[in-house]
Amino acid sequence: MTPADLAGVLGARYAYVAYVVVASLGVYLVVADANLVKKVVGLNLLQTAVFLFFVSGAARTGGSTPVTSNPPPYVNPLPHVLVLTAIVVGVSLTALALALVVRVHATYGTIEEDRLRERLASDRRDGGERA
Amino acid sequence: VNLLPLLVALPIGGATLALALGGRRRSANAAATAILAGQVGLATVLAARAVGSDGGRVSHVVGGFTAPFGVELALDGVAALVVVLVPSAVLLVRTATRATRPAAFDALALLLVGGLSGVAVAADVFTLYVFLEITGIAAYALVAAGGGGRAAVAAFRYLIVGTVGATLYLLGVGYLYLATGTLNVADLAARLPALFDSPLVVAGFALTTVGLGVKVALFPLHAWQPDAYATAPDDVSAVLAALVSTVAAYALFRVVADVFTPAFLLATPVVRTLALTVALGSVLAGSVLAVRQTRVKRMLAYSSVAQFGLVAAAFLLVNETAAFGGVVHLLGHAVVKLGLFVAVGAVAARTGARTVEEYTGLAERAPVHAALVGLLGLTLVGVPPTVGFAGKWFVALGAVEAGAWGVVAVILGSTLLTLAYVARLVERMYGPLPDEALRLGRPRPATDGGAANAASPLGDARVAVALVALVAVALGLAVGSIEAMVAPALESFAVAEVGR
Repeated sequence: MTPADLAGVLGARYAYVAYVVVASLGVYLVVADANLVKKVVGLNLLQTAVFLFFVSGAARTGGSTPVTSNPPPYVNPLPHVLVLTAIVVGVSLTALALALVVRVHATYGTIEEDRLRERLASDRRDGGERA
Repeated sequence: VNLLPLLVALPIGGATLALALGGRRRSANAAATAILAGQVGLATVLAARAVGSDGGRVSHVVGGFTAPFGVELALDGVAALVVVLVPSAVLLVRTATRATRPAAFDALALLLVGGLSGVAVAADVFTLYVFLEITGIAAYALVAAGGGGRAAVAAFRYLIVGTVGATLYLLGVGYLYLATGTLNVADLAARLPALFDSPLVVAGFALTTVGLGVKVALFPLHAWQPDAYATAPDDVSAVLAALVSTVAAYALFRVVADVFTPAFLLATPVVRTLALTVALGSVLAGSVLAVRQTRVKRMLAYSSVAQFGLVAAAFLLVNETAAFGGVVHLLGHAVVKLGLFVAVGAVAARTGARTVEEYTGLAERAPVHAALVGLLGLTLVGVPPTVGFAGKWFVALGAVEAGAWGVVAVILGSTLLTLAYVARLVERMYGPLPDEALRLGRPRPATDGGAANAASPLGDARVAVALVALVAVALGLAVGSIEAMVAPALESFAVAEVGR
């Protein structure tokens, strides 16, 4: 495959390229950002990227909305339904994650991972919590 | 009328009821207990019906659709064991808990039971994802249920890692759907063999198994687990240790045995070798880390990392005997860890002891509890005739049959390491008492903000733990009946073995 072919394939499958880019950004935020809220945002980006992947897989050249009054071919409705369910799961998780962040902030007064680690370590020295 | 959907609907409906009764804690507590008892009865009846039916399996497609288009629920021998185990374990921990829990806690516990039962009966890879996440949400919230910042931090980390794992699993499901156009487990199993060398399918396998590996807490994806178990309230960590990773490992079993079938592992030896290496690495790393822990709950948590590595390895050997051993070990480990975590919580409630050091002379201070901890510890090592022995025995036997001597060596090595950390605890409890040790053995005041040093919500619990120990022995003796029960579910391993 020449570079020109590769560029052609990637150009035609731009939605998949977008999914990989957004997912990578999400994982990067989750892993590398010290701010707990930004970690939650990263998690949302990762999930959204997966939704984009599902919906892209359902697309069809010249496809129309799958309602019988429209002419075939139809786009595949099933992945959309799956994504709808997965969005509900994602919203619940985000709500719970933010609730936990609120409690962490109330207890330690910070939502930055590095300062949190210091606070936990000093707790451990005072409280006999080891290893 | 097919009662299968009730296995999920009853506890989730119960969770809603408990929330609705929110203000009246006593009625919510009573309703939750009644629903759990009802769920145990329902699961037992359905399990008996499934095992007794032709092919040892019953299934039901929800909403009047037909398979493979509708959402299928199925109950076979292995799922039957799980659906009975789940509500029984939660009910047992409830009876051993002395602290009064708010209605929201009851709701979360019931939601957890609903999610876990759903994973057990889902015969559709997307439905499995949804139930996995219902389980996850309930588990994350329960870890933080004791209050305190440390538990909230552990719950947050558990949530982040668990969600990334579940999202990877979902991505894998997407790849499989693009490759085959179906989500139904039986339909996937029929369509996948023609596509075993497709990159989509191999990527699907990698993503689903890595995602579930995070949920199981296999090394090196285990980092969330010791913190979550150690900082959760004692009743919660008992339920989590007994059920949540167990059911995730059960989902891994479903994916390997029913979706991809062991034939996939034979067709892609590189993938199999890689997965087996991770599983065996988990056995060794978990055991070594467990030996190094000073806090008893963390030690037991790392021990789970090792035991689940063994379970995963058993399924990857592509040998029917080993797969059977894996199922027995999965069940046995759940029972033993349930007992151990309840016992450890009860010891903390009685004496305040939470570290290996503080267990010094426990045989004098709490003789019954010390005896039960020791007995369950030996079950974990795998002393016959307990279920801990039966599971390891069949995995080892299968590894010998398959000629996988490396696996046999790892099983022996991990058994020695298990003996090492259990013996350390037993020695502390029953060994001689130097003056220094007596001083250290005295409970220290809880000054930590987290639940790690907080008073245990568990009561005396000796009856509950003794019951669990009895079950561990009884299951070991009844291993023949378990084999008859789960044999139909392991057929794909037998088929792959013949075709090898």
